[in-house]
Amino acid sequence: MKVTLIDYGAGNVPSVERAFGRLGAQVETTNRAERIAEARCLVLPGVGHCAALIAALDARCLRQPLLRAIGRGAAYLGICLGLQALYESSEEAPTLKGLGLLAGRVTRLPENVKLPHMGWNTLKTVRATRLLDSVPSGAYFYFAHSFAASAAGEESAAVSEHGREFIAVLEKQNICAVQFHPEKSGPPGEQVLRNFLRAAA
Amino acid sequence: MSLARRIIACLDTDGARVVKGVHFEGLRDAGDPVELAARYNAEGADELVVLDIAAARDNRPTFLETIRRVAEQLAIPLTAGGGIRSLEAARAVVRAGADKIAVNTAAVERPELLGELSAEFGAQAVVLAIDAKREGADWQVRIRGGRQATSLVAREWALHGAESGAGEILLTSVDRDGTQSGFDTELTWAISKAVSVPVIASGGAKVPVHFLEVFTRGAADAALAASIFHDQVQSIRALKEFLRSSGIEVRLPC
Repeated sequence: MKVTLIDYGAGNVPSVERAFGRLGAQVETTNRAERIAEARCLVLPGVGHCAALIAALDARCLRQPLLRAIGRGAAYLGICLGLQALYESSEEAPTLKGLGLLAGRVTRLPENVKLPHMGWNTLKTVRATRLLDSVPSGAYFYFAHSFAASAAGEESAAVSEHGREFIAVLEKQNICAVQFHPEKSGPPGEQVLRNFLRAAA
Repeated sequence: MSLARRIIACLDTDGARVVKGVHFEGLRDAGDPVELAARYNAEGADELVVLDIAAARDNRPTFLETIRRVAEQLAIPLTAGGGIRSLEAARAVVRAGADKIAVNTAAVERPELLGELSAEFGAQAVVLAIDAKREGADWQVRIRGGRQATSLVAREWALHGAESGAGEILLTSVDRDGTQSGFDTELTWAISKAVSVPVIASGGAKVPVHFLEVFTRGAADAALAASIFHDQVQSIRALKEFLRSSGIEVRLPC
């Protein structure tokens, strides 16, 4: 399986690349529009500030090729900001437009808990998803974020909680995304990546 | 669903070797960083921190190579620190495979560094390491591996650091470090309750009950230890089993 990993300069690109490499995937790391437009299996990792991701996609003219690839059915996996970017907008960068593939706005987690939501948390499955096949219930995943998508969205497959519930795993046709970092989540994270490769094949 | 308290293993390195000192002094060799990283990853450590204590002196390429080799072993987050004084130095450790950057002396000397790192990597990647020493009713910040006093009060510096872009505080008690007499729960409580970001307690751990104390009486979000894990005095799995049986939520690997 060939994975096209979109490298817009995010810090976690090398570890995502290593994680897919360990699973035997052939990984192409790119920031070139034509490579993304032709891809059949796309991964958008991301960590940090949402504005940095959106601005980098637009500065390199990657938004349209990415939307076209997803539009014609390429398998997509968004990680952390790669999940948040799917929505119309984010409170973290209110003036920027998200990819708009999913309805709604990403908002900040409540102030009554420590932020960032940093560390290992569990999931509650709300709908069957291929991404969580063979993942033991009660498994922990590593999160590092302060903003999140509303748990109410119909695309939600599993939620987690920190101050409020939020989407941790989503799947809608060829679009998959996780708020946690599977590349940093031990064996359960590896299983999620394996499941994505299987679903994309 | 709730966030687990984290157990973090720390490797203090001098170039390519892990070392351990008492009260920040008297270093001795404690093993190979790559071997230790692999063991902690398998044993269920929630994160790994690698601090280059020789960084200010020399040998940067060796440290970056250590980060690279350690990162290859890990499916858990990795923090690198020691002598990171600029955005460029931070980029180098991130490129080598670190998920987070810990800064200490450099942030005291130039607090804008925290904002610069946060703007580029996000607050979740910026760890402000604070070495605090009891002075009367409060705690004073020390720099240069605990050797040099400053005029900063630890609580105020932690608050300022979190506002300036640090997403986490790594709080070391200079008084307890290396003594194995337990974490300074009073210090940890004071800082953890003051800031809105997670606090990692460090310095003084020996037995499992020390960890229980720092999570309950110290309100720590995470606890870090080094030599007791290196010397196999304490297994991480047994520690976590003890904490879970004491009612603390921890991640036990499946």
